[in-house]
Amino acid sequence: MTTQTNENNIIIQANDLSIYYGSFRAVKNVNLGIQRNKITAIIGPSGCGKSTVLRAFNRMNDFVQSAHNDGKILFHGQDIYAPEVDPVQVRQMIGMVFQKPNPFPKSIYENIAWGARINGYKGNMDELVENTLQAAALWDEVKDNLKKSALALSGGQQQRLCIARALAVKPEIILMDEPCSALDPIATLKIEDLMRELSVKYSIIIVTHNMQQAARASDLTAFFTMDEDRAGLMVEYGETSQIFTRPKDKRTEDYITGRFG
Amino acid sequence: MPRDTLTRQIHHLLDEVLLLGSMVEQATLSAVDILRQRDLKAAATLYENDQLINDKRFAIENAILILIATQQPMAHDLRLLAATLEIITELERMGDYAKGIAKVTLQLKDADINIPNRDLERMASQAVNMLHRGLSAFVNEDPNEASAIAGEDAVVDDLYNHIYHHLVETMIANPATIDQYNQVMWVAHNLERMADRVTNICERTVFIATGDMLEMDTTDDEESDGE
Repeated sequence: MTTQTNENNIIIQANDLSIYYGSFRAVKNVNLGIQRNKITAIIGPSGCGKSTVLRAFNRMNDFVQSAHNDGKILFHGQDIYAPEVDPVQVRQMIGMVFQKPNPFPKSIYENIAWGARINGYKGNMDELVENTLQAAALWDEVKDNLKKSALALSGGQQQRLCIARALAVKPEIILMDEPCSALDPIATLKIEDLMRELSVKYSIIIVTHNMQQAARASDLTAFFTMDEDRAGLMVEYGETSQIFTRPKDKRTEDYITGRFG
Repeated sequence: MPRDTLTRQIHHLLDEVLLLGSMVEQATLSAVDILRQRDLKAAATLYENDQLINDKRFAIENAILILIATQQPMAHDLRLLAATLEIITELERMGDYAKGIAKVTLQLKDADINIPNRDLERMASQAVNMLHRGLSAFVNEDPNEASAIAGEDAVVDDLYNHIYHHLVETMIANPATIDQYNQVMWVAHNLERMADRVTNICERTVFIATGDMLEMDTTDDEESDGE
Protein backbone atom coordinates (compact mmCIF):
# COMPACT_ATOMS: atom_id res chain seq x y z
CA MET A 1 0.00 0.00 0.00
CA THR A 2 1.01 3.60 -0.36
CA THR A 3 1.05 6.19 2.35
CA GLN A 4 -0.58 9.56 2.68
CA THR A 5 2.33 11.59 3.92
CA ASN A 6 3.77 14.92 3.04
CA GLU A 7 6.18 14.07 0.22
CA ASN A 8 8.39 17.11 0.79
CA ASN A 9 9.03 16.20 4.37
CA ILE A 10 10.16 12.61 3.83
CA ILE A 11 13.65 11.90 5.16
CA ILE A 12 13.82 8.21 4.36
CA GLN A 13 11.58 6.21 2.11
CA ALA A 14 11.16 2.47 1.54
CA ASN A 15 9.94 1.73 -1.99
CA ASP A 16 8.54 -1.73 -2.74
CA LEU A 17 10.88 -3.07 -0.11
CA SER A 18 11.02 -6.84 0.28
CA ILE A 19 13.57 -8.42 2.60
CA TYR A 20 14.68 -12.02 2.32
CA TYR A 21 16.60 -14.36 4.58
CA GLY A 22 17.87 -16.84 2.01
CA SER A 23 14.81 -17.88 0.03
CA PHE A 24 12.37 -16.89 2.81
CA ARG A 25 10.67 -13.60 2.20
CA ALA A 26 10.42 -12.01 5.65
CA VAL A 27 8.92 -8.69 4.54
CA LYS A 28 7.15 -7.86 1.32
CA ASN A 29 6.34 -4.76 -0.73
CA VAL A 30 6.67 -2.15 1.97
CA ASN A 31 6.17 1.45 0.88
CA LEU A 32 6.83 3.65 3.87
CA GLY A 33 7.85 7.30 3.93
CA ILE A 34 9.29 8.49 7.23
CA GLN A 35 8.70 12.14 8.02
CA ARG A 36 11.44 14.44 9.20
CA ASN A 37 11.37 15.50 12.86
CA LYS A 38 8.54 13.13 13.66
CA ILE A 39 8.39 10.05 15.83
CA THR A 40 7.17 7.12 13.81
CA ALA A 41 6.15 3.93 15.60
CA ILE A 42 6.13 0.56 13.92
CA ILE A 43 3.80 -1.86 15.68
CA GLY A 44 2.62 -5.37 14.94
CA PRO A 45 2.64 -8.93 16.23
CA SER A 46 5.81 -10.98 16.62
CA GLY A 47 7.16 -12.11 13.30
CA CYS A 48 5.58 -9.33 11.27
CA GLY A 49 8.99 -8.05 10.18
CA LYS A 50 8.99 -4.73 11.99
CA SER A 51 12.50 -5.12 13.42
CA THR A 52 13.69 -6.47 10.08
CA VAL A 53 12.47 -3.30 8.37
CA LEU A 54 14.03 -1.14 11.08
CA ARG A 55 17.39 -2.84 10.63
CA ALA A 56 17.16 -2.41 6.85
CA PHE A 57 16.98 1.36 7.39
CA ASN A 58 20.63 1.50 8.50
CA ARG A 59 21.92 -1.64 6.80
CA MET A 60 22.22 -3.62 10.01
CA ASN A 61 20.89 -6.59 8.02
CA ASP A 62 24.23 -6.58 6.19
CA PHE A 63 25.57 -8.52 9.19
CA VAL A 64 23.18 -11.37 8.43
CA GLN A 65 24.83 -13.22 5.58
CA SER A 66 21.70 -14.62 3.97
CA ALA A 67 19.81 -11.32 4.09
CA HIS A 68 19.12 -9.44 0.89
CA ASN A 69 16.56 -6.91 -0.34
CA ASP A 70 14.36 -6.12 -3.30
CA GLY A 71 13.21 -2.57 -3.80
CA LYS A 72 14.89 0.54 -2.55
CA ILE A 73 15.48 2.60 0.56
CA LEU A 74 16.06 6.23 -0.30
CA PHE A 75 17.72 8.52 2.24
CA HIS A 76 17.53 12.11 0.95
CA GLY A 77 16.75 10.48 -2.38
CA GLN A 78 19.95 8.39 -2.33
CA ASP A 79 19.63 4.59 -2.43
CA ILE A 80 21.47 3.48 0.71
CA TYR A 81 22.13 0.06 -0.82
CA ALA A 82 23.80 1.46 -3.96
CA PRO A 83 27.27 -0.04 -4.50
CA GLU A 84 29.10 3.25 -3.98
CA VAL A 85 27.53 3.82 -0.56
CA ASP A 86 29.61 3.08 2.54
CA PRO A 87 27.43 1.24 5.09
CA VAL A 88 29.48 2.66 7.96
CA GLN A 89 28.55 6.14 6.83
CA VAL A 90 24.90 5.09 6.59
CA ARG A 91 25.00 3.91 10.21
CA GLN A 92 26.59 7.17 11.30
CA MET A 93 23.75 9.15 9.71
CA ILE A 94 21.13 6.68 10.89
CA GLY A 95 21.89 5.52 14.44
CA MET A 96 20.35 2.63 16.33
CA VAL A 97 19.37 2.04 19.96
CA PHE A 98 18.71 -1.54 20.92
CA GLN A 99 16.28 -3.37 23.16
CA LYS A 100 18.80 -4.17 25.87
CA PRO A 101 21.02 -1.27 26.86
CA ASN A 102 24.48 -2.21 25.59
CA PRO A 103 27.01 0.33 26.83
CA PHE A 104 30.67 -0.51 26.26
CA PRO A 105 32.38 -1.84 29.39
CA LYS A 106 34.20 1.47 29.70
CA SER A 107 33.69 4.75 31.50
CA ILE A 108 30.64 6.89 30.86
CA TYR A 109 32.93 9.43 29.19
CA GLU A 110 34.53 6.87 26.90
CA ASN A 111 31.17 5.50 25.82
CA ILE A 112 30.48 8.84 24.19
CA ALA A 113 34.00 9.73 23.09
CA TRP A 114 34.92 6.45 21.48
CA GLY A 115 32.50 6.53 18.56
CA ALA A 116 33.21 10.19 17.89
CA ARG A 117 36.96 9.57 17.94
CA ILE A 118 36.86 6.71 15.43
CA ASN A 119 34.60 8.84 13.26
CA GLY A 120 37.41 11.38 13.17
CA TYR A 121 35.91 13.97 15.48
CA LYS A 122 38.46 16.75 15.96
CA GLY A 123 36.55 19.18 18.18
CA ASN A 124 36.55 19.61 21.93
CA MET A 125 35.76 16.16 23.30
CA ASP A 126 34.71 17.35 26.78
CA GLU A 127 32.22 19.66 25.16
CA LEU A 128 30.84 16.91 22.94
CA VAL A 129 30.45 14.55 25.91
CA GLU A 130 28.65 17.19 27.94
CA ASN A 131 26.39 18.27 25.07
CA THR A 132 25.32 14.80 24.11
CA LEU A 133 24.75 13.77 27.74
CA GLN A 134 22.68 16.94 28.14
CA ALA A 135 20.71 16.09 25.01
CA ALA A 136 20.07 12.60 26.36
CA ALA A 137 18.85 14.02 29.68
CA LEU A 138 21.59 12.20 31.57
CA TRP A 139 24.15 14.93 32.30
CA ASP A 140 22.79 16.03 35.68
CA GLU A 141 22.83 12.45 36.93
CA VAL A 142 26.37 11.57 35.83
CA LYS A 143 28.37 14.82 35.55
CA ASP A 144 30.32 14.15 38.76
CA ASN A 145 31.09 10.53 37.84
CA LEU A 146 32.13 10.57 34.21
CA LYS A 147 35.00 8.20 34.94
CA LYS A 148 32.70 5.66 36.52
CA SER A 149 31.98 2.49 34.57
CA ALA A 150 28.88 2.73 32.38
CA LEU A 151 27.91 -0.71 33.63
CA ALA A 152 27.33 0.74 37.11
CA LEU A 153 24.42 2.85 35.83
CA SER A 154 20.80 1.79 36.18
CA GLY A 155 19.06 0.23 33.16
CA GLY A 156 17.27 3.46 32.30
CA GLN A 157 20.48 5.47 32.63
CA GLN A 158 22.34 2.94 30.49
CA GLN A 159 19.69 3.26 27.79
CA ARG A 160 19.95 7.05 27.85
CA LEU A 161 23.73 6.66 27.63
CA CYS A 162 23.25 4.51 24.53
CA ILE A 163 21.04 7.24 23.09
CA ALA A 164 23.74 9.81 23.92
CA ARG A 165 26.30 7.57 22.25
CA ALA A 166 24.14 7.46 19.11
CA LEU A 167 23.79 11.26 19.20
CA ALA A 168 27.54 11.81 19.54
CA VAL A 169 28.17 10.90 15.89
CA LYS A 170 25.61 13.49 14.72
CA PRO A 171 22.99 11.29 13.09
CA GLU A 172 19.85 12.54 11.36
CA ILE A 173 17.69 9.55 12.17
CA ILE A 174 17.59 7.47 15.34
CA LEU A 175 16.20 3.94 15.07
CA MET A 176 14.95 2.43 18.33
CA ASP A 177 14.22 -1.26 18.59
CA GLU A 178 12.06 -1.87 21.67
CA PRO A 179 14.17 0.62 23.62
CA CYS A 180 12.10 0.41 26.81
CA SER A 181 11.20 -3.25 27.04
CA ALA A 182 13.92 -3.87 29.64
CA LEU A 183 13.06 -0.75 31.65
CA ASP A 184 10.68 0.00 34.50
CA PRO A 185 7.70 2.32 33.90
CA ILE A 186 9.38 5.47 35.23
CA ALA A 187 12.53 4.92 33.16
CA THR A 188 10.26 4.20 30.19
CA LEU A 189 8.44 7.51 30.55
CA LYS A 190 11.78 9.31 30.82
CA ILE A 191 12.88 7.79 27.51
CA GLU A 192 9.57 8.76 25.92
CA ASP A 193 9.96 12.35 27.14
CA LEU A 194 13.49 12.32 25.79
CA MET A 195 12.26 11.06 22.41
CA ARG A 196 9.86 13.99 22.26
CA GLU A 197 12.71 16.45 22.95
CA LEU A 198 15.00 14.75 20.44
CA SER A 199 12.38 14.88 17.69
CA VAL A 200 12.98 18.63 17.44
CA LYS A 201 16.38 17.87 15.92
CA TYR A 202 16.14 14.25 14.81
CA SER A 203 13.71 11.91 13.10
CA ILE A 204 12.91 8.86 15.22
CA ILE A 205 11.60 5.46 14.25
CA ILE A 206 10.64 3.20 17.12
CA VAL A 207 9.64 -0.45 17.00
CA THR A 208 7.55 -1.36 20.00
CA HIS A 209 5.36 -4.18 21.26
CA ASN A 210 3.80 -1.79 23.70
CA MET A 211 0.80 -0.23 21.99
CA GLN A 212 0.26 2.26 24.78
CA GLN A 213 3.81 3.43 24.19
CA ALA A 214 3.18 3.85 20.47
CA ALA A 215 -0.05 5.72 21.26
CA ARG A 216 1.65 7.96 23.85
CA ALA A 217 4.96 8.66 22.23
CA SER A 218 4.59 8.70 18.44
CA ASP A 219 3.23 11.09 15.82
CA LEU A 220 2.72 8.47 13.14
CA THR A 221 2.11 4.76 13.40
CA ALA A 222 2.67 1.99 10.89
CA PHE A 223 0.92 -1.30 11.56
CA PHE A 224 2.54 -4.44 10.20
CA THR A 225 1.20 -7.95 10.24
CA MET A 226 2.13 -11.34 8.87
CA ASP A 227 0.48 -12.48 5.67
CA GLU A 228 -0.61 -16.06 4.98
CA ASP A 229 2.76 -16.77 3.33
CA ARG A 230 4.34 -15.63 6.65
CA ALA A 231 5.85 -12.56 5.03
CA GLY A 232 5.44 -9.35 6.96
CA LEU A 233 3.55 -6.53 5.29
CA MET A 234 2.44 -3.06 6.15
CA VAL A 235 -1.32 -2.88 6.59
CA GLU A 236 -1.90 0.71 7.56
CA TYR A 237 0.11 3.87 8.13
CA GLY A 238 -1.20 7.16 9.40
CA GLU A 239 -1.40 9.71 12.18
CA THR A 240 -1.16 7.96 15.53
CA SER A 241 -4.34 9.69 16.71
CA GLN A 242 -6.23 8.20 13.77
CA ILE A 243 -4.74 4.72 13.99
CA PHE A 244 -5.69 4.34 17.65
CA THR A 245 -9.18 5.81 17.45
CA ARG A 246 -10.37 5.15 13.89
CA PRO A 247 -8.20 2.58 12.16
CA LYS A 248 -9.29 1.98 8.59
CA ASP A 249 -8.33 -1.67 8.26
CA LYS A 250 -10.02 -4.43 10.22
CA ARG A 251 -6.66 -6.13 10.84
CA THR A 252 -5.39 -2.95 12.51
CA GLU A 253 -8.59 -2.71 14.54
CA ASP A 254 -8.29 -6.33 15.69
CA TYR A 255 -4.68 -5.89 16.70
CA ILE A 256 -4.93 -2.62 18.60
CA THR A 257 -8.10 -3.65 20.42
CA GLY A 258 -6.31 -6.83 21.47
CA ARG A 259 -8.59 -9.13 19.46
CA PHE A 260 -5.92 -10.33 17.08
CA GLY A 261 -6.19 -14.02 16.25
CA MET B 1 -10.83 -14.61 21.19
CA PRO B 2 -8.62 -12.62 23.53
CA ARG B 3 -9.97 -9.78 25.66
CA ASP B 4 -12.79 -11.86 27.05
CA THR B 5 -12.78 -9.79 30.23
CA LEU B 6 -13.18 -6.48 28.43
CA THR B 7 -15.81 -7.92 26.10
CA ARG B 8 -17.79 -9.32 29.01
CA GLN B 9 -17.59 -6.07 30.94
CA ILE B 10 -18.74 -4.07 27.92
CA HIS B 11 -21.74 -6.38 27.51
CA HIS B 12 -22.61 -5.86 31.15
CA LEU B 13 -22.26 -2.12 30.68
CA LEU B 14 -24.63 -2.14 27.70
CA ASP B 15 -27.18 -4.07 29.77
CA GLU B 16 -26.96 -1.36 32.39
CA VAL B 17 -27.47 1.36 29.74
CA LEU B 18 -30.59 -0.48 28.51
CA LEU B 19 -31.80 -0.64 32.10
CA LEU B 20 -31.23 3.09 32.52
CA GLY B 21 -33.06 3.62 29.23
CA SER B 22 -36.07 1.63 30.39
CA MET B 23 -36.16 3.64 33.63
CA VAL B 24 -36.34 6.81 31.51
CA GLU B 25 -38.99 5.34 29.19
CA GLN B 26 -41.11 4.34 32.16
CA ALA B 27 -40.68 7.73 33.86
CA THR B 28 -41.71 9.59 30.69
CA LEU B 29 -44.86 7.55 30.03
CA SER B 30 -45.80 7.68 33.72
CA ALA B 31 -45.22 11.43 33.91
CA VAL B 32 -47.73 12.12 31.12
CA ASP B 33 -50.19 9.59 32.54
CA ILE B 34 -49.90 11.12 36.01
CA LEU B 35 -50.53 14.56 34.52
CA ARG B 36 -53.71 13.30 32.84
CA GLN B 37 -54.91 11.87 36.14
CA ARG B 38 -53.62 14.86 38.15
CA ASP B 39 -52.33 12.31 40.64
CA LEU B 40 -50.29 14.57 42.91
CA LYS B 41 -49.00 11.76 45.09
CA ALA B 42 -47.70 9.79 42.14
CA ALA B 43 -46.21 12.99 40.72
CA ALA B 44 -44.31 13.60 43.96
CA THR B 45 -43.00 10.04 43.91
CA LEU B 46 -41.89 10.31 40.28
CA TYR B 47 -40.21 13.63 41.10
CA GLU B 48 -38.26 11.99 43.94
CA ASN B 49 -37.43 8.87 41.93
CA ASP B 50 -35.47 10.85 39.37
CA GLN B 51 -32.65 10.41 41.86
CA LEU B 52 -32.58 6.69 41.00
CA ILE B 53 -31.96 7.57 37.35
CA ASN B 54 -29.19 9.97 38.38
CA ASP B 55 -27.62 7.30 40.59
CA LYS B 56 -27.72 4.72 37.81
CA ARG B 57 -26.10 7.18 35.42
CA PHE B 58 -23.22 7.87 37.82
CA ALA B 59 -22.76 4.15 38.50
CA ILE B 60 -22.40 3.52 34.76
CA GLU B 61 -20.07 6.49 34.38
CA ASN B 62 -17.89 5.14 37.16
CA ALA B 63 -17.81 1.68 35.55
CA ILE B 64 -16.71 3.25 32.26
CA LEU B 65 -13.92 5.22 33.93
CA ILE B 66 -12.69 2.04 35.60
CA LEU B 67 -12.74 0.19 32.27
CA ILE B 68 -10.78 2.98 30.55
CA ALA B 69 -8.23 3.03 33.38
CA THR B 70 -7.80 -0.71 33.71
CA GLN B 71 -8.35 -2.08 30.20
CA GLN B 72 -6.81 0.65 28.00
CA PRO B 73 -9.45 0.34 25.29
CA MET B 74 -8.54 1.39 21.78
CA ALA B 75 -10.30 2.14 18.48
CA HIS B 76 -13.83 0.70 18.45
CA ASP B 77 -13.80 -0.12 22.17
CA LEU B 78 -12.67 3.41 22.97
CA ARG B 79 -15.30 4.98 20.72
CA LEU B 80 -17.96 2.81 22.29
CA LEU B 81 -17.01 3.78 25.84
CA ALA B 82 -16.64 7.48 25.02
CA ALA B 83 -19.99 7.48 23.21
CA THR B 84 -21.64 5.65 26.10
CA LEU B 85 -20.50 8.39 28.47
CA GLU B 86 -22.39 10.84 26.26
CA ILE B 87 -25.41 8.59 25.89
CA ILE B 88 -25.93 8.13 29.62
CA THR B 89 -25.77 11.91 30.01
CA GLU B 90 -28.53 12.22 27.39
CA LEU B 91 -30.60 9.64 29.26
CA GLU B 92 -30.11 11.37 32.57
CA ARG B 93 -31.30 14.64 31.05
CA MET B 94 -34.35 12.88 29.62
CA GLY B 95 -35.04 11.73 33.15
CA ASP B 96 -34.97 15.38 34.16
CA TYR B 97 -37.62 16.11 31.52
CA ALA B 98 -39.92 13.49 33.06
CA LYS B 99 -39.21 15.00 36.46
CA GLY B 100 -40.07 18.41 35.00
CA ILE B 101 -43.43 17.10 33.82
CA ALA B 102 -44.11 15.76 37.31
CA LYS B 103 -43.29 19.20 38.68
CA VAL B 104 -45.86 20.74 36.32
CA THR B 105 -48.46 18.31 37.66
CA LEU B 106 -47.58 19.34 41.20
CA GLN B 107 -47.90 23.03 40.33
CA LEU B 108 -51.15 22.72 38.38
CA LYS B 109 -52.80 20.79 41.22
CA ASP B 110 -56.47 20.65 40.26
CA ALA B 111 -56.51 23.83 38.15
CA ASP B 112 -59.51 23.83 35.87
CA ILE B 113 -57.90 23.80 32.45
CA ASN B 114 -58.15 21.61 29.36
CA ILE B 115 -54.88 19.83 28.93
CA PRO B 116 -54.45 18.28 25.47
CA ASN B 117 -53.73 14.95 27.09
CA ARG B 118 -54.21 12.83 24.02
CA ASP B 119 -51.71 14.86 21.99
CA LEU B 120 -49.21 14.88 24.85
CA GLU B 121 -49.54 11.13 25.21
CA ARG B 122 -49.02 10.72 21.49
CA MET B 123 -45.86 12.83 21.74
CA ALA B 124 -44.61 10.85 24.72
CA SER B 125 -45.39 7.58 23.01
CA GLN B 126 -43.55 8.62 19.85
CA ALA B 127 -40.53 9.93 21.78
CA VAL B 128 -40.34 6.80 23.95
CA ASN B 129 -40.70 4.60 20.90
CA MET B 130 -37.81 6.44 19.25
CA LEU B 131 -35.75 6.09 22.41
CA HIS B 132 -36.44 2.39 22.71
CA ARG B 133 -35.49 1.66 19.14
CA GLY B 134 -32.60 4.15 19.34
CA LEU B 135 -31.09 2.22 22.23
CA SER B 136 -31.56 -1.06 20.36
CA ALA B 137 -29.74 0.44 17.38
CA PHE B 138 -27.02 1.56 19.81
CA VAL B 139 -26.42 -1.86 21.37
CA ASN B 140 -26.69 -3.52 17.94
CA GLU B 141 -24.44 -0.85 16.45
CA ASP B 142 -26.74 -0.35 13.51
CA PRO B 143 -25.92 3.00 11.88
CA ASN B 144 -28.66 2.68 9.24
CA GLU B 145 -31.38 2.12 11.81
CA ALA B 146 -29.93 4.94 13.93
CA SER B 147 -30.09 7.36 10.98
CA ALA B 148 -33.68 6.32 10.20
CA ILE B 149 -34.78 6.88 13.80
CA ALA B 150 -33.17 10.32 13.88
CA GLY B 151 -35.32 11.21 10.85
CA GLU B 152 -38.48 10.49 12.85
CA ASP B 153 -37.80 13.49 15.07
CA ALA B 154 -39.91 15.50 12.60
CA VAL B 155 -43.03 13.63 13.76
CA VAL B 156 -42.48 14.84 17.32
CA ASP B 157 -41.71 18.35 16.10
CA ASP B 158 -45.01 18.42 14.17
CA LEU B 159 -46.94 17.28 17.23
CA TYR B 160 -45.21 19.93 19.28
CA ASN B 161 -46.07 22.67 16.80
CA HIS B 162 -49.68 21.52 16.77
CA ILE B 163 -49.90 21.61 20.59
CA TYR B 164 -48.05 24.92 20.72
CA HIS B 165 -50.49 26.67 18.40
CA HIS B 166 -53.45 25.15 20.17
CA LEU B 167 -52.17 26.35 23.55
CA VAL B 168 -51.37 29.85 22.26
CA GLU B 169 -54.89 30.17 20.90
CA THR B 170 -56.32 29.00 24.20
CA MET B 171 -54.23 31.51 26.13
CA ILE B 172 -55.24 34.39 23.85
CA ALA B 173 -58.88 33.45 24.28
CA ASN B 174 -58.56 33.33 28.05
CA PRO B 175 -55.61 35.36 29.37
CA ALA B 176 -56.38 34.44 32.99
CA THR B 177 -55.09 30.91 32.28
CA ILE B 178 -51.76 31.96 30.79
CA ASP B 179 -49.78 30.78 33.81
CA GLN B 180 -51.30 27.32 33.77
CA TYR B 181 -51.15 26.82 30.01
CA ASN B 182 -47.59 28.02 30.02
CA GLN B 183 -46.87 25.13 32.36
CA VAL B 184 -48.52 22.75 29.91
CA MET B 185 -46.36 24.25 27.17
CA TRP B 186 -43.33 23.12 29.16
CA VAL B 187 -44.61 19.56 29.13
CA ALA B 188 -44.79 19.56 25.33
CA HIS B 189 -41.45 21.30 25.15
CA ASN B 190 -39.81 18.64 27.35
CA LEU B 191 -41.17 15.84 25.18
CA GLU B 192 -39.93 17.60 22.08
CA ARG B 193 -36.48 17.99 23.61
CA MET B 194 -36.48 14.33 24.59
CA ALA B 195 -36.83 13.32 20.95
CA ASP B 196 -33.97 15.69 20.08
CA ARG B 197 -31.81 13.86 22.58
CA VAL B 198 -32.72 10.52 21.00
CA THR B 199 -31.29 12.02 17.82
CA ASN B 200 -28.06 12.72 19.72
CA ILE B 201 -27.93 9.08 20.80
CA CYS B 202 -28.36 8.06 17.17
CA GLU B 203 -25.47 10.32 16.16
CA ARG B 204 -23.25 8.58 18.73
CA THR B 205 -24.34 5.19 17.40
CA VAL B 206 -23.17 6.16 13.92
CA PHE B 207 -19.91 7.40 15.47
CA ILE B 208 -19.29 4.10 17.25
CA ALA B 209 -19.91 2.11 14.08
CA THR B 210 -18.08 4.32 11.60
CA GLY B 211 -15.85 6.74 13.51
CA ASP B 212 -17.65 9.64 11.81
CA MET B 213 -19.49 12.23 13.84
CA LEU B 214 -22.58 13.37 11.92
CA GLU B 215 -24.82 16.17 13.05
CA MET B 216 -28.31 14.83 12.33
CA ASP B 217 -30.48 17.34 14.12
CA THR B 218 -29.91 20.77 12.63
CA THR B 219 -33.41 22.17 13.12
CA ASP B 220 -33.33 22.65 16.87
CA ASP B 221 -30.20 22.81 18.94
CA GLU B 222 -31.79 24.84 21.66
CA GLU B 223 -30.66 23.84 25.13
CA SER B 224 -32.80 24.25 28.20
CA ASP B 225 -33.22 22.04 31.17
CA GLY B 226 -37.00 21.89 31.31
CA GLU B 227 -37.18 21.15 34.98
